[in-house]
Amino acid sequence: MSDEVVYWLQQTLNALQLGSIYALIALGYTMVYGILTMINFAHGDVFMIGAFFCFLLSSMLGLTFAPTLLLTMLGTALLGVVIERLAYKPLRQAPRVSAIITALGVGLFLENFTLALSPYPKHIPMLLENVTWNLHGISLSSIQAVIISLSLGLMLLLDYIVHRTSIGMAMRAISWDKTYVPLMGIPVDLIISITFAIGAGLAGAAGTMYALAYPVIDPYMGITVGWKAFICAVVGGIGNIRGAMVGAFILGGVEIMVVAFFPSTYRDFVAFTLLMLLIVIRPYGILGKPRIQKV
Amino acid sequence: MIALMREQWDLLLENRWLVPILLVIGFGLAFAIPEYNLLSVYVQLILMYAGINIILAVSLNLVNGYMGEFSLAHAGFMAVGAYTAVLLTMKVFPVAGFPFLFPCAVFAGGLAAALLGIIVAIPSFKVRGDYLAIITLAFLMIVKSLIENIDFIGGPRGISGIMKLTTLPWVFFWTVALVWMVRNFIYSKYGRGVLSIREDEIASDLMSVNTRHVKFFAFMLSSFCAGIAGALFAHLLQFISPRIFDITKSTDILIMVYLGGIASIGGSILGATLFTVLLELLRPSTMAALLSWLPSFVFEPLNEHFISHLGVWRMVIMPLALILVMLYWPRGIMGLREFRGFIPRRDREAHHYINPQGEEPDGATDRR
Repeated sequence: MSDEVVYWLQQTLNALQLGSIYALIALGYTMVYGILTMINFAHGDVFMIGAFFCFLLSSMLGLTFAPTLLLTMLGTALLGVVIERLAYKPLRQAPRVSAIITALGVGLFLENFTLALSPYPKHIPMLLENVTWNLHGISLSSIQAVIISLSLGLMLLLDYIVHRTSIGMAMRAISWDKTYVPLMGIPVDLIISITFAIGAGLAGAAGTMYALAYPVIDPYMGITVGWKAFICAVVGGIGNIRGAMVGAFILGGVEIMVVAFFPSTYRDFVAFTLLMLLIVIRPYGILGKPRIQKV
Repeated sequence: MIALMREQWDLLLENRWLVPILLVIGFGLAFAIPEYNLLSVYVQLILMYAGINIILAVSLNLVNGYMGEFSLAHAGFMAVGAYTAVLLTMKVFPVAGFPFLFPCAVFAGGLAAALLGIIVAIPSFKVRGDYLAIITLAFLMIVKSLIENIDFIGGPRGISGIMKLTTLPWVFFWTVALVWMVRNFIYSKYGRGVLSIREDEIASDLMSVNTRHVKFFAFMLSSFCAGIAGALFAHLLQFISPRIFDITKSTDILIMVYLGGIASIGGSILGATLFTVLLELLRPSTMAALLSWLPSFVFEPLNEHFISHLGVWRMVIMPLALILVMLYWPRGIMGLREFRGFIPRRDREAHHYINPQGEEPDGATDRR
């Protein structure tokens, strides 16, 4: 293969790694939005808590990768349900804005609470043996392979749950209509809790994988990554699960390409300018459908 | 008795001389306090931060509360105003003319921010709701990233060694002037347009409200105020860097607005003041100084186990308080209501038509 093709394939691989972490977080945003039309601004911080769970489990308890990942996902899923029950459920009938502000408050609380408990950045021990394979000049590390394959697997699983199971059908029904669905015997509160649990569990998985790839974690890491994942969800069309995945891989690709061609400090600038233009041109996202407004 | 007092209070509010007299007293105090050291330097500093926060909260309320959009870009406009003004005072203006040229620099900062406000205003013609929130967020990130990449203005290191030109009289002047401007805008023809956009944009368009003009001016006024607040802030803190103006700053302003209550100038003023004062009260040194009158057998254990840990935990207490306020008091302190004194005389009787979502139809709450 020529050098140019190798270079592009390598960059695509890097973009896939970044994009799959973004996708796992973006799914949580988009699922909650689809069901409650609420932006869960605390979601990026659930991702951060996931990374800290991973730190606790791996360095304090000395667990290996698989149990760490599973327990982290379980822990963040529980956290997601607790947040939903305590902070969001009482506000379901309130104006939308108070739910958004509460979410911002929950996010700040999680950040500063973690900061109060662990003021210094933490270093995650090596959970996986880092082997690098060389395929015709393209280098693929074992961590990269695990991140990409695992997140693709989780995404396929989620897609199956949402489109093929009765829980998924209930979720789609609630996002379609909130007035009559409870009358059909669908337990709305339970389904909403399950949605939060799934979203937060995926964020926990993303936190673990992020900690694998970038092993220094701090309480504010969730802000930037969370906002970027949120933007992925919007680019794909918020509320649309497949759209969130598409948006995440687009943003991952754009960021990697910017770093490849410009000084790396321009990454945020170019990425956000492109996103701004995209939203102006296609205000309802790539896979979203324009909603017709009636007076 | 209470009815009589209320009558007297209403009479006082109707008095034409009330506002000028209050203003003169305020200006007198603003000049006298730093001149004769009536209050400690620390309290003066808090007063100035409170003034700047009031400007920010009132102007953000114009977009988020009255117009019903969700803007996160305020910290970005602040940054633009701050950097413009600082570049003017540090690199352009001669040192000799500072007391007189400083307001020009602040004004220029506001103008620069207002011009950039157009960048957000134009997409808002087409995009609404959550997608507009993303555009404002993207704007904030773009501004921050640009500043980090321009080495001439310090890049990520920021600018230090700014002269301390912000004084209490200037903060008082800008706060009064800008709050007055926003209030007049809200109760003008354009302000009615802003409210109609919040209620129903398509319907107001059909009722021949020029929604584009209205949004254009509302965003520009809001970002102008934010720019001026940024310029004042920079010359008070004497150090600016892109990190100061990130998303957490925007979140702070949002908290002030929603704590005070949307679509209420009085609410924003209360919210900003409360936020600033509470955050300062929770500082260990302030708390210790305030509680030092307690007998030592109460104070010592309190200081050891509670107050000395506040430095870290106050940032935990603050969002927790916000969540509790939202859960038990979702409208904030003054949501959709207004102090009677802020309403123009001709609108006082009709005020409850302006805020149709207000609960009490007889307008009784307006008299607070």
